[in-house]
Amino acid sequence: MASNIVDARGVTKNFGPVQAVRGVDLSIVPGELFGLIGHNGAGKSTLFKMMLGLIPASSGQIHLDGEAVSGPRFREVRRRIGYLPENVVLYDNLTGLETLHFFADLKAVPRSNCAALLDKVGLGHARARRVREYSKGMRQRLGFAQALLGKPRLLFLDEPTTGLDPEAIRDFYRILRELRDEGVTMVLTSHILAEIQERVDRLAIMEDGRIRACGSVQTLREAMNLPLTLEIAGGAGLLEQVTRVLEGLAVERIDETGSLLHIRLPREAKMPALARLATLGETLRDLQVHEPSLEDVFFGYRN
Amino acid sequence: MFSIDFRQIGIVAGKEFQDRIRNRWVLAVALVFTVFALVIAYFGSAQQGSVGFHSIDVTIASLVSLVIYLIPLIALILGFDAIVGERERGSLELLLTLPITRREVILGKYAGLAGALTFSTLAGFGAAGLILSPQIRLDALFHYAGFMVSALLLGLTFLSLALMLSVFASDRTRASGLAIATWFFFVLVFDMIILGALVLTAGEYGGAVFPYLLLLNPADVFRVLNIFSLDEVRTLYGLATVFPEALSHPATLGGVMLAWIIAPLAVAIWRFER
Repeated sequence: MASNIVDARGVTKNFGPVQAVRGVDLSIVPGELFGLIGHNGAGKSTLFKMMLGLIPASSGQIHLDGEAVSGPRFREVRRRIGYLPENVVLYDNLTGLETLHFFADLKAVPRSNCAALLDKVGLGHARARRVREYSKGMRQRLGFAQALLGKPRLLFLDEPTTGLDPEAIRDFYRILRELRDEGVTMVLTSHILAEIQERVDRLAIMEDGRIRACGSVQTLREAMNLPLTLEIAGGAGLLEQVTRVLEGLAVERIDETGSLLHIRLPREAKMPALARLATLGETLRDLQVHEPSLEDVFFGYRN
Repeated sequence: MFSIDFRQIGIVAGKEFQDRIRNRWVLAVALVFTVFALVIAYFGSAQQGSVGFHSIDVTIASLVSLVIYLIPLIALILGFDAIVGERERGSLELLLTLPITRREVILGKYAGLAGALTFSTLAGFGAAGLILSPQIRLDALFHYAGFMVSALLLGLTFLSLALMLSVFASDRTRASGLAIATWFFFVLVFDMIILGALVLTAGEYGGAVFPYLLLLNPADVFRVLNIFSLDEVRTLYGLATVFPEALSHPATLGGVMLAWIIAPLAVAIWRFER
């Protein structure tokens, strides 16, 4: 437990007769970028809120940075935590800079870093404008800046790219990479699976209040044993030649789209298939291997 | 576990106060108080056919009648959405992830709003007092200051009630409904119930407890506090004759007002921490 920055053991949350979270065990090591995915109502937000100490667990224990979330010393841990809620609501009457000053004061962090943080999230130009004049994306960036106050050791990011334009999303993940390099642990939820599949170190899939699977995207892919796809470009008669060389292998399906062939086959057939395709020589112009996406993995677990 | 960080309370209070200054709430309320006080001072005797300032006692008596309606309403409007509003908007969730306890949030909110109410009450009635000061003796000015403090206490009791309602209410609409109901109950209905009970029983029952029942209503405590501080005003109210001398001491009544501030606030903290 000591090496885990987040450690949840047998965590359950009941809302009356409804069991929103059911016996969740979760460990996150320092410096990890961890994703929490699941459909609406899967229990992600409830688990998030329990980890942040916003609502008490019905049973089980949650420790953050070595301290029990319900313990008397958790106030100190809060200074080392950053949180970006899904719907960032800040104070309309304050300017961007004043907003950061307010949160910096509450975290007992020097105000001197606030202006630089606004620059970091691309809001330097709007620091003197009232929050009521901010767009949704600007509010999201301001919320992110407040989460970064005081160089937190642990960041909770709930649907962090909601409302951001593509450029802002790219900037957001660039900052996340920098933070990971600095050893910051991050836990994030997202509905946009394609966005996080290449970015998280590990992730947990939640369903019906339980963690159905947990590991790296690759581990989950392999555990699911989902078929992968070979995409081949070639000349005339490609379909016939490929069908011939792959005969006898457990190929699930071959689809032809223009000059491209999509071959769906089990993971264990990948290397034999590649060896046989190599015999076609210059008939092949290009070949790409497509691993199952996180979306495939997610729906694979759900089904 | 029960430690309180006053710095955190101060930060929240500062923000609340700044908000009310920024949206000109303090200025607007102060202006209302000044205008009402001056109008009452100069035109309060218009029905008797004379215009102009006559007596501070009569002015205070008229102001008491006005303030008893106005200040509870202003305080309830000021505080009814302090917690439920932030909860509904979602900013409370973010606030509570910071190193601040729920108790400190409530106390900070109360302190900030109380600061705004204090500022506008003292500035509003103070400005009127300043304008009237050339025409008032020093001891009368002392009475006027007493009225201002009691008006402030009245506001703070209803602000405390408003915060309590804000914690209990599930949404802003319900909170506003509860605030209006609270105003009606304490300002309009409570006295009618007591008087009705006295009339029904022809004064045979409840006469002895009647003064004590008035302590259950901060608006009545305010009224009594002002009645017993002014000789001229005391004669205007029949109630003075039935009120025990010991109970009418300003320190006792002030203590009751303080209890009315602390009790709802304590209930609000208790509920908010659950």
